[in-house]
Amino acid sequence: MSVRGLLLAAVLALLLAPPTAASERHPTLAELEHEVMCPTCHQLLELSDAPIADRIRAFIQARIEAGDTKSEIKQRLVSEFGEAVLAAPPTRGFELLAWLLPILGLAGSGLVIALLAWRWTRLKPEAAKPHLVNGFSELDPKLARRLDEELALLDR
Amino acid sequence: MSAARTTAEARVARHPSSGKVRAALQTVGLSLVALLLVILAMRLVSDSSGRRLDKALAAGKSPAAPDFSLPRLNGDGRLRLSSLRGRTVVLNFWASWCVPCKQEAPLLQAATRRFGSASLVVVGVDAQDFRSDARRFIARYGLTYPVVHDNGASTATHYNVTGFPETWFIDRSGHLVGEHVKGPLTRRQLAENLAIALKR
Repeated sequence: MSVRGLLLAAVLALLLAPPTAASERHPTLAELEHEVMCPTCHQLLELSDAPIADRIRAFIQARIEAGDTKSEIKQRLVSEFGEAVLAAPPTRGFELLAWLLPILGLAGSGLVIALLAWRWTRLKPEAAKPHLVNGFSELDPKLARRLDEELALLDR
Repeated sequence: MSAARTTAEARVARHPSSGKVRAALQTVGLSLVALLLVILAMRLVSDSSGRRLDKALAAGKSPAAPDFSLPRLNGDGRLRLSSLRGRTVVLNFWASWCVPCKQEAPLLQAATRRFGSASLVVVGVDAQDFRSDARRFIARYGLTYPVVHDNGASTATHYNVTGFPETWFIDRSGHLVGEHVKGPLTRRQLAENLAIALKR
């Protein structure tokens, strides 16, 4: 990586890291409503008005006021409602596929495109070269026939 | 046809490895698709096991009640359903925020008092609920029958529970009998289903 690339990465890390850390230490109800599901209606908490959704909102607010971090609140919710309460699937078991499949899909498509591009670039010089017969370029038979006919008309 | 073959042969001659690469990619791709299909099929079969119970009951059969072991809310340790073999079980799924569950709880507690725990056990399965709320509910309605907490509602899914409250009846041999009651139990539904379950 070039020096400019390293600098860019460092600036990005500096810009992104503090908000992430702050959000982990001092989460807001709005943030967590976007990351937690209503267990009965299977919608994001922010979209649900089910009784349990109201109860979970009250629980989150109470835990925020008690000083819990975002991870701690999520962990408490998982211990009550299971992994399905989290909007993002967990990174183990069957749910791991939800993370792996898009990555595998992207990697697979990238590989196929790379292979096709490699083959295409290797074929191109030969394909672009005109096919010569006795030092002359070979014409399309249709075009050759038409040319012969028109030359014959001129010879008359 | 022969021209096409010549072109293909020429291409293979130019790229002897391309056929192998393509075959390897096809094999990997097909294996991945097959693996995914197998996993999805297994998942579907496990999800539909609850519906299977309802279908069997509707066809007049008595399927075995899926066993579970869940932590107790009004007691220590865990409760395993199969440990209640030899007694009739009323399996009631509920949650503290569910309004009809509040109407039903006194009826289930009355049944526990009337029959005694030697012949009949009511088992409450609290799901999609905070344990602290469930414990408050137990105290408020004076429930003395065992109540367990179904974290993740996986047991409720195995019993095809789609709302609260819902109730299943299990005979002494551990088979589902009578009716899968969706909604709050009435006195008549409780009496009729208990008559079926206790007779077996």
